[in-house]
Amino acid sequence: MVKITIKDLSFSYGSREILEDLNVVVGDSEVLSLVGPNGSGKTTLIKCIDRILKPKGTILLDGGRDLQTMSRQEVAKYIGYVPQSTTSALTTTVFDTILMGRRPRMGWRVSDEDIDKVVEMMKLLHVEEFALKDFSELSGGQKQRVLIARALAQEPEVLLLDEPTSNLDVKHQLEALDTVRSIVKTTKISAVMAIHDLNLAARYSDTLVMLKNGMVHAVGDPLSLLTKENIRAIFGVEAVVMRNLDRPYVVPIRSLNGEAP
Amino acid sequence: MNSIKFMSEAETMSTEAAIDSSKLKEEYSQFVGRKVLLIIATLAGIVVLAGVAATLGSANITPIEVYTAILARFFPGTFETTDFINTIVWQLRLHRVLMAIFAGMGLAVAGAAMQGILKNPLASPFTLGIASAASFGASLAIILGAGFVSGQWLIVGNAFIFTMLASMTVYGLARYKGITPETMILAGIAIMYLFSAMTSFLQYVGKSEQVQEVVFWMMGSLGRSSWEKVGIVALVTVVCALALMYFSWDINALGAGDETAKSLGVNVELVRVLCMMIASLITASVICFTGTIGFIGLVAPHITRMVVGGDHRFLLPTSGLVGALILLGADTVARTILAPVILPVGIMTSFLGVPFFIYLFLRRRKEYW
Repeated sequence: MVKITIKDLSFSYGSREILEDLNVVVGDSEVLSLVGPNGSGKTTLIKCIDRILKPKGTILLDGGRDLQTMSRQEVAKYIGYVPQSTTSALTTTVFDTILMGRRPRMGWRVSDEDIDKVVEMMKLLHVEEFALKDFSELSGGQKQRVLIARALAQEPEVLLLDEPTSNLDVKHQLEALDTVRSIVKTTKISAVMAIHDLNLAARYSDTLVMLKNGMVHAVGDPLSLLTKENIRAIFGVEAVVMRNLDRPYVVPIRSLNGEAP
Repeated sequence: MNSIKFMSEAETMSTEAAIDSSKLKEEYSQFVGRKVLLIIATLAGIVVLAGVAATLGSANITPIEVYTAILARFFPGTFETTDFINTIVWQLRLHRVLMAIFAGMGLAVAGAAMQGILKNPLASPFTLGIASAASFGASLAIILGAGFVSGQWLIVGNAFIFTMLASMTVYGLARYKGITPETMILAGIAIMYLFSAMTSFLQYVGKSEQVQEVVFWMMGSLGRSSWEKVGIVALVTVVCALALMYFSWDINALGAGDETAKSLGVNVELVRVLCMMIASLITASVICFTGTIGFIGLVAPHITRMVVGGDHRFLLPTSGLVGALILLGADTVARTILAPVILPVGIMTSFLGVPFFIYLFLRRRKEYW
């Protein structure tokens, strides 16, 4: 089953082409990671899928509808977005922050169903003890969990995550990705994330998409994709790839500065 | 192997989920209940203060007599009052009291909305050039006698039109660079300096009594109120405040950042422009009658935010009530403290509000913005 089919997607800032004719297929209940060097278009692609940016091309949903023709409100019911790091300027409690995720689905008044959903998400992500604390008082890992809870409160089919592990320590990186993966596997939604860390991507993803200069370089499962050759071609880095628990493990050796990749 | 572990973890999560959901819900409903209670308390405070304000003045009447006179108008058979008290209450004091309430409400709601959509604690009708545009319009009418409307509405009309003109210009400038808080604030500040300079120029060429009139106008006063004007201000304030409250969720989402707001289905630029225009409309309709009353639009939302938090469903109405309370209190003190001299209310709002604001600001340890 296929959740989203991205066809010939292009995006440019003025004359500068950021994404060029991308074709990506996101399967049902899978974790798909976008990897690639800085400026390869990972974050831009995430924002294009959510129509935060307006790309050219088509983004087909499993029912055959084109995301590009839907209103923001409709898109928000289908796709949940977890931003990189939010410095929420206004005082908002954790409860209200997650409740905001219900916006695409509720009217002005908050129904009991909305409250139930928020409580459910707080439980799922273990943030219930902070329910009435201000979002700004939380630690990085706690904030990340609240933002995931907010996106899930939208009851989306697809979860988009922009660098979910940046600003987190090792323990919280693992916890955040554990959470995402277990949610994907239990609720049958799909997750697309932009991520820098190849080893975390390898460990938690079903599919990797390697991006370079706004184009898809290669697509596949972590084991077949994370090879010495691919890493050299994409990042210009010499690396050793080892195997650990059925997953590839990348040890970067040196940057091939100036040498042709 | 990994996925098996994930599954079992998810299962333990879901069994825990049944434990204290009801407690969480109860806590949240108490949290909301406290805010509703505060709104009711503020409302009651306004009613009491309004009655007290109407008793103060050169003619001595008691609060009971004031309320009786008010009720007598609505239930003529049930309540009795004298012509004297009736005249004092209905023709001299009550419209001024109501003007204070609705003007304070309007300025505060407009300020709260602007701070919300621009995500800036310093945003207010004054920092965005709206008030200085109103001053310029009034100065033009007072000093040169020029304006868009004639007769007794010359000053009012000018102040209103220039205010709307300023916010259109801010919108136009920001539109050119993309409607973000930064562009709107910078454009607003530029407009503010432009209109201030033009007002200064008019004062420089004006006659001294004209300049004095301009200065008084800019201090802000409720002395020019009448039933007719109160009606207009109340209508605009209430309709616009309801319209802004309709956008509460969208303004909340904007607080989390433009990208997040978009991902939650908010049409970011449209909401920002609409709310800005509605807030300008309220401000224009208030200050064209009262002159520039500063401070309330900036500080009433801050005081309120410190108490009720950043949810605009509650922040907007509570700010309005707090603004009404401050302006009514300030005007009451301004009328009585040096009686028979009546001070401009614009002076008194700052004298009363600033110490209270600083007290809250110092006392509260949490980051409130």
